[in-house]
Amino acid sequence: MSNVFIAFQANEDSRPIVDSIVADNPLAEVVYSPGLVKIDAPNRLVIHRETIEQEVGRDFDLQEIHLNLVTLSGHIDEDDDQLTLSWGH
Amino acid sequence: MDAKVTNKKLGLKPRYQTMTRDLGWTTSYQYMDKVFPYDKYEGIKIHDWDNWEDPFRLTMEAYWKYQGEKEKKLYAVIDAFAQNNGQLGVADARYINALKLFVQGVSPLEYCAHRGFAHVGRHFTGVGARVAAQMQSIDELRHYQTQIHTISNYNKYFDGMHNSNHWFDRVWYLSVPKSFFEDAMSGGPFEFLVAISFSFEYVLTNLLFVPFMSGAAHNGDMSTVTFGFSAQSDESRHMTLGIECIKFLLEQDPANVPIVQRWIDKWFWRGYRLLTLVAMMQDYMLPKRVMSWKEAWEMYAESNGGALFKDLERYGIRPPKGWQDACEGKDHISHQAWNTFYTYNAAAPFHTWTPNPEEMDWLSEKYPDTFAQYYKPRFEYYGKKHQEGERFYNTTLPMLCQVCQIPMVFHEPGDPGSICYRETDHDGDKYHFCSDHCKEIFTNEPEKYVQAWLPVNQIYQGNCFPEGTDPTAPGFDPLAAVLDYYEMEVGRDNFDFADSQDRKNFREWNGGVEEEVSP
Repeated sequence: MSNVFIAFQANEDSRPIVDSIVADNPLAEVVYSPGLVKIDAPNRLVIHRETIEQEVGRDFDLQEIHLNLVTLSGHIDEDDDQLTLSWGH
Repeated sequence: MDAKVTNKKLGLKPRYQTMTRDLGWTTSYQYMDKVFPYDKYEGIKIHDWDNWEDPFRLTMEAYWKYQGEKEKKLYAVIDAFAQNNGQLGVADARYINALKLFVQGVSPLEYCAHRGFAHVGRHFTGVGARVAAQMQSIDELRHYQTQIHTISNYNKYFDGMHNSNHWFDRVWYLSVPKSFFEDAMSGGPFEFLVAISFSFEYVLTNLLFVPFMSGAAHNGDMSTVTFGFSAQSDESRHMTLGIECIKFLLEQDPANVPIVQRWIDKWFWRGYRLLTLVAMMQDYMLPKRVMSWKEAWEMYAESNGGALFKDLERYGIRPPKGWQDACEGKDHISHQAWNTFYTYNAAAPFHTWTPNPEEMDWLSEKYPDTFAQYYKPRFEYYGKKHQEGERFYNTTLPMLCQVCQIPMVFHEPGDPGSICYRETDHDGDKYHFCSDHCKEIFTNEPEKYVQAWLPVNQIYQGNCFPEGTDPTAPGFDPLAAVLDYYEMEVGRDNFDFADSQDRKNFREWNGGVEEEVSP
């Protein structure tokens, strides 16, 4: 089993996104380094628009994550409601 | 008319499809093969371009909106940084030298990438690939511009940044990044994508932009970390382009697999060699350290790259040939590179130094199997000589590898005590290489690499002196003539940090506070 990861700039815009990812991915591990927050998860990591909307209390376009996205790994599947990173097809 | 218009918004996939694929058509006045003449000769077989999966379905409308927001954030930080004299708040003035290397050797690659993607963005038959490459081309131009704008604030205060474009085309070590990218740009469009989008962006670029930028933040450089992460936010789209293009090529035809594998072997190794510069920046040029090159390599190359190549096994792809040697090199290359720049600092427009005792301890701790044994004694010796007034500068030009153009400074794999040399004969001439992998790249395409513009060879042939120089004149100093040709200001742009104008200025501007520098 390999990890996938996603990393954001460590700032106030990213905080609810990171919180949502942690809520939706119980196996996710969050690592902070200066300016950066990186989330690792075994094999698969999913980001749900709805969870983020609950966190931020407004409509959220999932592509807003691009503003603070730093890097990611794995295959990507993206639509209006979710973005999934995964290994292994 | 009162007919009700149903204005249901399209979902992401059909929306993107409409905004991109539907812009393409099959030409009728000219044969498609004449309109797109470059995407056949490499031997890659594409049966159905419609199977191209678009990475990140960002429509132009969304693209401009988000890129605009990123720019506003970045330029607000740059302004605030300049207004607060942020350049005085960095850890110490040695750090600035990492930025010099960045603007000399990395930013020009962004511009090369802009040109390269503009080219392939015209030349793929498939419209999905064309649009993705065109958007990346615009991103890369943005990266070049934002880096120049950010670093121009530093250029007002420090040496070694004012002439970087001139240097990029001439100075010995900058031929390493320059020849890397020109090699990719002069390949075919599919090779370019495998080289840059996959091997460089997907497999290796995290090593440049993530730990180093985190290091910039840690060293108080808020403007650099902001342009770095702002660029990197585009990079995740580029990485996805890299992995989508690999999957697409491998799924289209089994005959593509060996071609792609050879490109992966080649470009992983080319990219790895290029990153030697970054390894050194990370271990030696950040006064406050975040992680060692070795740790970064383990996190972003071994662990992530390992997962990637395990995933690609199903297509018959194996890890690149140089993988083992690259993983062994993680214990060595930053030290070998710093040693090289330290000793050739008379000809390099940035400053070097010996690590202070605390930094030596850090390096020994991070590199328990190699640093104290192989590298520390050299730096201690250099430091001692410097204190005795004999700062060591090597004035004999080194032999360069014909492919990566790096001086022969790397060790024989498995034997850190000796230098690795390889050679081959081609058309009656002898060619030299730093490794088995660079040699193999040459023997696969000798017609290309015999044309390499090797700085040392060019100097010896007399092609790197200012116009009108008479090398037969009495007292002719070839090295001084080369530095003149480089348009380096000797005594300001080069030599040891300890005696530099940068150091004096920084100390004065900060009210005379001494930094922790050896000697």
